[in-house]
Amino acid sequence: MDFPIFHLDFFGDRLMIAVIAILHVLINHGLAVGLVPIVLCMEIKGLKDPTWDRLAYKILTVAFIITTTVGALTGVGIWFSSSLINPYSIGSLIRVFYGAWFVEWTVFVTEVILIMIYYLTWKKKHKTEAHQLVGKSYHVLTGYALAIFSWVTMAIIVAILGFMMDPGNWNNDRTFLSGFTNPIYVPQLTFRTFLALTTGGAVALCLTMFFTDKNSEIRKKSVRFLSKWIFAFIPFTLIAGFWYYLVIPEGMLKNMSVAVGTQQFQNYYEILRQVLMYSLGGVLLIVGFAFLYPRFTPPKWAFFIPVLLMFGLLGYFERVREFIRKPYVIGGYMYSNTFRVEDYPLLQRDGILKHSAFVSTKEVTAHNQYEAGKNVFLIACSRCHTTGGVNSLVEKFDNMYGNTGKPWGASAMKAYISNMHLSRYYMPPFPGNEKELDALIVYLKGIQFNSAPAEGVQNTGLELGTAKDQSLTSNP
Amino acid sequence: MNILANIFSACLLLVQQTPVPKDLPLPLPLPEELLVVLLVVSFLVHILFVNLMFGGALLTLFFEALGYVKKNEDYDKLSLEIAKTTTVNKSMAVVMGVAPLLTINTLYTLYFYTANALTGLMWIMIIPLVIVAFLLLYAHKYTYEALRHNKPLHLAILALAVGLFLFIPLIFLTNINLMIQPDKWLMVKGFVSALGLPNVWPRYFHFIMASLGVTGLFLFWWFSRRAYDFEGTFNTLKLYDLKKRFYSITFGASVAQFLIGPIVLLTLPEKGLSWHMILVIVTGASISIPALVYIWKEINGEPAKIGRRFPWIATCLSFTVIFMGYGRHLYRATSLETHQKLVKQKTEEYRLAVEEARKEALSPQKDTTQVAVLSPGQVVYENNCKACHALDQTLVGPSFKEAAAIYKNDKASLMAWIKKPGKKREGAAMPAQTQLNEKELGDVADWILTLK
Ligand code: HEC
Ligand code: HEC
Repeated sequence: MDFPIFHLDFFGDRLMIAVIAILHVLINHGLAVGLVPIVLCMEIKGLKDPTWDRLAYKILTVAFIITTTVGALTGVGIWFSSSLINPYSIGSLIRVFYGAWFVEWTVFVTEVILIMIYYLTWKKKHKTEAHQLVGKSYHVLTGYALAIFSWVTMAIIVAILGFMMDPGNWNNDRTFLSGFTNPIYVPQLTFRTFLALTTGGAVALCLTMFFTDKNSEIRKKSVRFLSKWIFAFIPFTLIAGFWYYLVIPEGMLKNMSVAVGTQQFQNYYEILRQVLMYSLGGVLLIVGFAFLYPRFTPPKWAFFIPVLLMFGLLGYFERVREFIRKPYVIGGYMYSNTFRVEDYPLLQRDGILKHSAFVSTKEVTAHNQYEAGKNVFLIACSRCHTTGGVNSLVEKFDNMYGNTGKPWGASAMKAYISNMHLSRYYMPPFPGNEKELDALIVYLKGIQFNSAPAEGVQNTGLELGTAKDQSLTSNP
Repeated sequence: MNILANIFSACLLLVQQTPVPKDLPLPLPLPEELLVVLLVVSFLVHILFVNLMFGGALLTLFFEALGYVKKNEDYDKLSLEIAKTTTVNKSMAVVMGVAPLLTINTLYTLYFYTANALTGLMWIMIIPLVIVAFLLLYAHKYTYEALRHNKPLHLAILALAVGLFLFIPLIFLTNINLMIQPDKWLMVKGFVSALGLPNVWPRYFHFIMASLGVTGLFLFWWFSRRAYDFEGTFNTLKLYDLKKRFYSITFGASVAQFLIGPIVLLTLPEKGLSWHMILVIVTGASISIPALVYIWKEINGEPAKIGRRFPWIATCLSFTVIFMGYGRHLYRATSLETHQKLVKQKTEEYRLAVEEARKEALSPQKDTTQVAVLSPGQVVYENNCKACHALDQTLVGPSFKEAAAIYKNDKASLMAWIKKPGKKREGAAMPAQTQLNEKELGDVADWILTLK
């Protein structure tokens, strides 16, 4: 990777990306794609009964404020964070998908403009009764447009995601269209659509509890409406979820065993199914209760539960999706340590340090093994591991060698790291040469008992190794 | 001061070294010139909305405070009217930022990402800081009624947002500066030290003045729209006075630019300067002069005629902005020219090296020796067990010679263990090898049992 390495040695870099991305997906699915159609239905009912209109407006207020702040910024944050952490891969993706992202961006701009029009002109007063009616029907039309555009935004993103998961395509045809034709596209989009609609229902139901009076007519009507909405979409979500699972390509499934949580959960399939069943079941239970006994409702906070269950399910699927991409960031082309598959012969022969512009050691010598090893760690392992924080290497090796408290064996570590990609599919092969591997082991054995965080350039700044090879630096 | 001194001494030591990394080995998605046009245009649109958001928030604060001090309801209303435009402009600023972000990522991949990483923590803080600022803006806008009797609190909410808005541009400016100065990359240690780069602060004030200038003009137009019911909204404020005020803001800010502008130019590292660029900037600045003269005349002219020349003024100033945007690009292009050449060369060298190494690795001799020796069981071993087992040494698990001794003549139990291992020794447990099918299990077991 020929960029200075940003690294968070406690939280881990992946965690930062994951938090921002998942937050964004939750808001996009739960408050935009899933919620706008509900608000729209309520507004249409409101043409006859103004209490519906008022409720719809309140719900939309929440959606508007959150999507235009946290939603929009986490969207940008996905770019910020992933380009900080994996500049090589995100840079490559942007170069290949520039056109697609440009289209996606225009759709997104339209979506933002529509939601502003839809929300900010909701209460617009017109001069006469007749004008008011016409104005309102235009407003409803804006609602339709907004619902469609939020869905289209999602549809394009799913194409890009699907592309990244499908090995081979990147190498064969680097065009965006294959994102749509790849076998996971339709199932994934279908699943997300229904999941979003169900989640939107749960969110609307929860907000309704806060925005309506317990004994009001509108409470009764809206609870009925929203529970029917949720009942209608749960079966579809379930079916689409299994469909999606079934089409995830063979090669990717191998990794799924660790995708879910940690390695102990080898029986991922069980868990996946359970998460799906329990969360949807839980939602059904609470919503069913509200449906049957609209007057006798549990405390308001109970209605956060379906929302949280749906968010949990959504987040869980995102995690699985992210994980099954390992060890690649771009299937078959680039590993998640951001080296290209085709770089390997060169790097394993000459070493990764020699071909990195920003390291303090250009090659391993007898005197710099610890520091060189740290650089190797930062380049080869730090995208996924920390030294002592989340997914810590000290902890991993300790567990592997049975937490004996004795120094780890260098030869065992060497054998492990040289072959780890074979038994641990989620990790790419070690990219460097043998000297670098030895240095890495010296470093790791060093931090086993004497932990010092491996800081990224955001703290340490850069220091260049004195290069013997003059072409590596220059005097401009 | 300390920081500056540090940077200076570091400078002396390190002028010799400028890192030359290699670029991504992928072609640009569009012709370079087209990307440049997209970058300049989309950036101007983005920064226009940023200016309006920032200037709007500032003026909202100003007028609300004025209303509070003067006990004049009208200023309060005025500030609310401005606040309403700000919350829209801020959303536009964000979405419009995505296009230049992607384009700069594409055109200046190396430079942009390197600058981001070097100031990484603060760079990523942009996201939460902007979220908080936006939420505060909403909190302020939707509590005009609720906090009518607690103005200090209401003002404080907005002041906090404005404070954040004052800070955030510094992060962007630092990055934009750092990115075009590869020779400074070795000197910065995080955001604070990068703030000391020579050009950051002049540009910052340049940006603030631009925001006020643009916002003044925008609000002039906003309140004089025919559709806007001015008399119906305000009791004592006169539209004419307000127009004069907004014109004055633009005028003052633009005149200030004539002082700040030269400082910005002088503090720019020389490497990027070129006559071409200076010509563009000076032309841009001169186009604004007739606009300023018109504004001055309108402010001091007949009240009934104010605004007549507004389209002219706006057009001239727009051209100024376009020229400045283009000049800015020229500066960047010139600064990076030599470095980009070196990078290109480096990238090509690397590509050749990769190709050569791949050929070497694929050379036929190597392949045949490897393929010929491996039995099917050994292939399974290489691919599944080798990370934890060696032939005659304990790694994570026991050596296979040991295993061969344990399972002598008992292939079935060996296969059973591999499929569903138990726990015998101290230390880690072995994960079940469920990925293997019956044949592979048999092969590997056979192979283990041949070991002695
Ligand atoms: C693509 C991301 C990635 C990279 C790069 C990576 N790892 Fe891992 N590694 C993982 C994941 C994921 C796990 C499993 C974590 C868990 O237990 O859930 C893991 C687990 C491990 C384990 C424990 C394995 C076991 O069998 O219990 C070790 C040891 C390890 N990694 C070492 C390394 C070393 C050394 C490097 C650098 C040369 C490295 N890893 C690079 C993702 C990665
Ligand atoms: C993640 C590391 C790991 C991998 C991969 C692994 N093993 Fe093991 N293996 C172990 C450990 C640890 C033990 C010791 C378990 C114990 O005694 O509790 C072990 C023990 C064994 C034993 C000795 C059983 C006994 O009765 O003492 C055999 C045989 C064995 N492994 C075969 C295999 C084969 C074949 C493979 C590949 C298909 C494999 N292992 C892959 C870690 C691993």
